Amino acid sequence: MSEQTPNPNFKVTIDNISIEVPPGTTILNAARMIGGDVTPPAMCYYSKLKNSGGKCRTCLVEVSKGSEKDPRPMPKLMASCRTTVMDGMEVKNITSDRVLDARKGVVEFLLLNHPLDCPVCDQAGECDLQNLSYEHGSEATRYEFKRRTFEKEDIGPYISLHMNRCIMCFRCVYTADQLTERREHGILERGDHAQISTMLGKALDNDFIGNVIDVCPVGALTDKTFRFKNRVWFTKPVDAHRDCPTCSGKARLWMRGEEVFRVTARKDEWNEVEEWICNDCRFHKKETKDWVIEGPSKISRSSVIAQGHYQGNVGCNSSPVLIDKVIGKQPKYTLDIHNISDVNKPNVELSKIDGPAHSDDFGLQKK
Amino acid sequence: MGIKLLLANDHIEGIRYYETYRKNGGYTTAEKAFKMSPADIVEEVKKSGLRGRGGAGFPTGMKWSFLAKPEGVPRHLVCNADESEPGTFKDRYLMEFHPHLFIEGLLISSYALGSNATYVYIRGEYAWIPDILEQAIAEAKNAGWLGKNILGSGFDCEIYVHRGAGAYICGEETALIESLEGKRGNPRMKPPFPAIQGVWMRPTVVNNVETLAAVVPIIQMGGEEYAKIGVGRSTGTKLLSVCGNVNKPGVYEIDMTCSVEEFIYSDEYCGGIPKGRSLKACIPGGSSVPIVPANLLLKTAKGETRYMNYESLSDGGFATGTMMGSGGFIVLDDAQCVVRHTMTLARFYNHESCGQCSPCREGTGWMYKILKNIEYGKGKMSDIDLLWDIQRKIEGNTICPLGDAAAWPVAAAIRHFRDEFEWHVKNPEESQTRNFGLAHYADPIHVPASA
Repeated sequence: MSEQTPNPNFKVTIDNISIEVPPGTTILNAARMIGGDVTPPAMCYYSKLKNSGGKCRTCLVEVSKGSEKDPRPMPKLMASCRTTVMDGMEVKNITSDRVLDARKGVVEFLLLNHPLDCPVCDQAGECDLQNLSYEHGSEATRYEFKRRTFEKEDIGPYISLHMNRCIMCFRCVYTADQLTERREHGILERGDHAQISTMLGKALDNDFIGNVIDVCPVGALTDKTFRFKNRVWFTKPVDAHRDCPTCSGKARLWMRGEEVFRVTARKDEWNEVEEWICNDCRFHKKETKDWVIEGPSKISRSSVIAQGHYQGNVGCNSSPVLIDKVIGKQPKYTLDIHNISDVNKPNVELSKIDGPAHSDDFGLQKK
Repeated sequence: MGIKLLLANDHIEGIRYYETYRKNGGYTTAEKAFKMSPADIVEEVKKSGLRGRGGAGFPTGMKWSFLAKPEGVPRHLVCNADESEPGTFKDRYLMEFHPHLFIEGLLISSYALGSNATYVYIRGEYAWIPDILEQAIAEAKNAGWLGKNILGSGFDCEIYVHRGAGAYICGEETALIESLEGKRGNPRMKPPFPAIQGVWMRPTVVNNVETLAAVVPIIQMGGEEYAKIGVGRSTGTKLLSVCGNVNKPGVYEIDMTCSVEEFIYSDEYCGGIPKGRSLKACIPGGSSVPIVPANLLLKTAKGETRYMNYESLSDGGFATGTMMGSGGFIVLDDAQCVVRHTMTLARFYNHESCGQCSPCREGTGWMYKILKNIEYGKGKMSDIDLLWDIQRKIEGNTICPLGDAAAWPVAAAIRHFRDEFEWHVKNPEESQTRNFGLAHYADPIHVPASA
């Protein structure tokens, strides 16, 4: 391979930060290489799933210069997850008011019929939609109509489907398609009453089907074995592995004390699964003796009501780009969680806490 | 009397059958075409300036020249006969009464593009037309116009008719391709464009029925002659399907030189508005294009006469103009309610959204619900601005043009008929018993004197 001529890289500038990437890279992936605040949010794109992306429209960006050869700007906002970079392309993400306005619109559309049952939703705390609306949403809804609801459907003993929460990202459809041999999971109906369903209402049964829980950005597909057992932010993520005949056996345990509450695949800084795990590891190995524990997961504060992005020690090759460096000012959030809550302080490193996180760890004084 | 090309033989009884069609000069153009090289045919179509008749008006010759031609990979021509735009029924007329003209166009185009298997994707609701087409295809095949080695040219061609299952979205070319492949009709992400990877990932050209039928007169008379008909970049003739409040609804062929006023009021075409009522508004190109009030329909904002062609209809952009679109000419008289009309369209787009991308899936339903409130006297003043904001956030942010098509009618209705919306909000009870009427929508527009 060393004899190959060096691959000419394309230079792309996103929010005034330049990077060289191989041809064929999408704008979103180029932005992920830069990291930090210039990375557009993605609700439906999943780098591990072929053909995913383009549907949610949260990753829309403005291409202000098409390429060196053809510098015309693209008239429409482009889905950054499906648009490949050209040499000399200039992209505006958070520096474009058009993008922020459109993104706010998309978040409003996504939340329009979303039940906002976060207090009883198992996804709360590690929900992409929560993070997204925290960053880009409005304080109030302008929707005055009855929210859309669906008939409850049972799709098997391990996975719980809440169609009301679904945002139609199609990730689970691609997962079921690409990880399993049979096509047994898809979309029924169309338009605003489109819904996820299984073939003829049959239960999903496949060794790897549990992964649809991990790819779901919201609480539409959740783990029945963890249902209402605990809040995500009270459990502590621990990396562990086991000798599994079916999968790699590399998983993440969510523990409280010595108790394993939940097993998921390990996720990277973009909240994407690193390696798929099998149903056996996920649903049946719920005791510490089943696993070799490696230590606390280095997830920094990603999943626990973080402000959308990892700001810590994993994944990013370079240090994260802070928004004030790009636009010269601090972002205005709808609210700062630290103003109203004493938990999850930024100066407390979650991975350094031995047991599960407890309010004592944040130095709260009981009166 | 305008020039007729597609409907020139409309008066001949039995023109839908092969014998009659052949006796009246049918398939002579195909004979001529097979003596030409495919590249020459593409060149003639380019010269003709023919623009896609499905709605977008993209130059057909250019579209054809984009078709990738990799070695050893079959190419396909797909005819988009999924004519589902409310108000548009010109393709149905062509297929029902002139199937052989259509097949001849398909044959010449297939030869030009090198498509050995050509598909006609026909709207599911046109339940009786596939039989007419299949009968015509069988007749043409019997006479040696389809099948193997046509006219000894060494070119093979089969035409297959594929029925849709009743989805407006399948008229979008990539959704049509998905549906043709047997999948759910969701539009694809572009790129890759169909010209590179279309049906079964093979290079594909998707054209409207009328576009392909127009290839026959183009080859017959030559591209340059065809380009002389019409004005500017609106060359040739265009079929219009007229419905709504006119004396003579139906399908008309125009050569794009008549004025809108002449088209509506002359006896040759629509024959005026019935019952002595007056013109209030019109959607000149199928439900997706902006609605315009009478004063802006007959004259442009500059006070010039508006003509029935691509450029003149879109004069003034969306602010004061509209579009030629697919030619579904919908006329509203002063007894019609624009709010109700807009609500009906919003319901249609809500029902037909595929549900793939968020702005269209959620936004279309929201707009419909708000419009329903306003129409039934439950609206608020702020709803009008909210509607404007919703359509603005859908337009341009979706995968396929259905989002735009849903947004434009609402935007145009608010832009030009805001008074009527406000009247509905302010008079919730009265608006349930009577219509707003013509108001000032036909008054001459004030044209500022040029400096």
